[in-house]
Amino acid sequence: MNENNIIEIRDLSIEFKLRSGTIRAVDHVSLDIPKGKVTALVGESGSGKSTLASAILNIVSAPGTIKNGSIFLNGEDILRYNANRLRHYRWSDVSMVFQAAQNALNPVMRIGEQMIETVLAHKKMGKPEIIEKASQLLDYVRLEPGRVLKAYPHELSGGMKQRVMIAFSLLLDPQLVILDEPTTALDVITQDYIFDILLKVHKEMNITMLLLSHDISVVARVADRIGVMYAGKIVELGETFEMFENAKHPYTAGLIQAAPSILDDVSENKSIKGSSPNLLNLPTGCAFHPRCEFSTDLCKLEQPRAISVGKDRLAACHLNEKGEMLA
Amino acid sequence: MSSLLELHNISMVFEQKSGLFGKATPIPAMVDVQLSFEPGEIVALVGESGCGKTTLGKVVTGLHKPTEGQLLYQGKDVWKMNKAEFSEYRRSVQLVQQDSYAALNPMRTIFQSLSDPILQHKLVRSRKEAYDRVCELLDTVGLTPPEQYIEKYPHQMSGGQRQRVLLARAISLKPKLIVADEPVSMIDVSLRMAILRLMSNLNKSLGIAFIYITHDLATARYIAQYGRMAVMYLGKIVEQGSVHDVLAAPKHPYLQALLSAVPVPNPRIAKAKRELPLKSLDMPSIMNPPSGCSFHPRCLYASQTCEQTAPSLMPYGNTIVSCHHVEKVPQWTIATVK
Repeated sequence: MNENNIIEIRDLSIEFKLRSGTIRAVDHVSLDIPKGKVTALVGESGSGKSTLASAILNIVSAPGTIKNGSIFLNGEDILRYNANRLRHYRWSDVSMVFQAAQNALNPVMRIGEQMIETVLAHKKMGKPEIIEKASQLLDYVRLEPGRVLKAYPHELSGGMKQRVMIAFSLLLDPQLVILDEPTTALDVITQDYIFDILLKVHKEMNITMLLLSHDISVVARVADRIGVMYAGKIVELGETFEMFENAKHPYTAGLIQAAPSILDDVSENKSIKGSSPNLLNLPTGCAFHPRCEFSTDLCKLEQPRAISVGKDRLAACHLNEKGEMLA
Repeated sequence: MSSLLELHNISMVFEQKSGLFGKATPIPAMVDVQLSFEPGEIVALVGESGCGKTTLGKVVTGLHKPTEGQLLYQGKDVWKMNKAEFSEYRRSVQLVQQDSYAALNPMRTIFQSLSDPILQHKLVRSRKEAYDRVCELLDTVGLTPPEQYIEKYPHQMSGGQRQRVLLARAISLKPKLIVADEPVSMIDVSLRMAILRLMSNLNKSLGIAFIYITHDLATARYIAQYGRMAVMYLGKIVEQGSVHDVLAAPKHPYLQALLSAVPVPNPRIAKAKRELPLKSLDMPSIMNPPSGCSFHPRCLYASQTCEQTAPSLMPYGNTIVSCHHVEKVPQWTIATVK
């Protein structure tokens, strides 16, 4: 294991058995999460990013099962941890800010009680000590601890609840925080300051982050590295500037072109044709080929492998194998 | 000639009661809104959640009767129309909603959902004619071949396809105006552009006017690039003009802050260090709006005048702005990293 990485995912596959067939939501994924960086996973709904994140906490739930692969933390496979070790690992090593904060909080408990409960579930600590820690963190995310600790979730706005969730995720000083669509359903001004706070947490507390988002525009501001997911696979991975300025996979290029901006020429925007694939009935060969403007006969027959296309860059597209780079 | 639709000093105040005998609190969702829509134009109505943009859409489509002011359709007061006139107005002004799954009956096929309105309004005479017309409509909104979709149920289609069905249903009654309330916010980013382009094509080929209601300035700019834009804050319009003029030189301090917060799909711009030009990040409650200019507690340029008197919309340059200090507000710029 490379000591610059917090987490190393190797050849991970996760399947869901449904009445109508078996879905492979994560398909032989390998990914490193380097220390001290913000890594982002971008993909549309159903691309497998949330399933992958739930595997990192080892909380994949039925009907999903981890078919094969390992997830290493300090050289140990967390998928082999016993219940006791897992309880410590979750929240103390890796914590998560779930999508839709309003659903993640218990509506009939005060925020303070919920914070105490969360800490005690993972660690022995005195209540006054927990309240002090919670107050510091709430203050850090620009909330008034005195008011918020006593409040019920319905007394807080969406942006405040999301900041409470960020404070929750930091309670046990984790090394890595996973953020699953942390600003979806929030207004742009709220979204902007939530990311201000997250960047402050990342820099000042030196916390590594894994950000999941469907929106490549949001990711552009925060991420150091971007992985693009499609139909359960990481199809391209690289440093943020490189990805935006020199995409090596047609899907990445398509996502960037489809993102409307308030600045660029609108006539350059265009959608990717077709729609996201049905995971029960994936296209043969490269799963993206029916939507790809560069697809050839080879793409229909053979799945492209992820190959190195530069320093710390991977792309899974036959175009790169032939040395034909995308314009 | 009169405008297609005019809002004259319209206010819409809801009441919320707390408890059985509690006092009713007024919620001013729209305050003194003055706006008109011309035949065949696209107007983007932009604002954050709670600004009253959806309420405006519902007032325009006749789903809410405004508590004050007049709504004129082709010069006639909608709420004083006779039955035939009102029915004609309701047919001519259609609404496309955000949640395409909730807007279609899950137990009925696309053919059933689309044939009912045209049969009801006697635009076709028989089921056979209705079938042909529905095929034609599906073709128009890009669901081709129509036979592949006509017998499907809503759950068998993707969000983008259902949104196309809603547009087909809206145009089936040959309307003059379609109010589209956040039509793409629940659709995958890679497909949004296609739906927006479809709306802009329907506008051009059929001459239907559109009101595009959204929180997303980037898509508003995309669909209404040659149209107009109105920006709302806490129930009021704060700036209005052609999309080009408004975005080239945004003047209202709220619009400047909103624009600064829009994510930009370019890391060289997105990563540049900047702070939002705002004093306070949280929006005040609409149940207790601030005195004077409702933006003053968050505004960097607010003075005592702003706390006391509400500004009105006045022409400034090429746009109309509601701000006491419009001359003082610096030009909006955006930084980049090399």
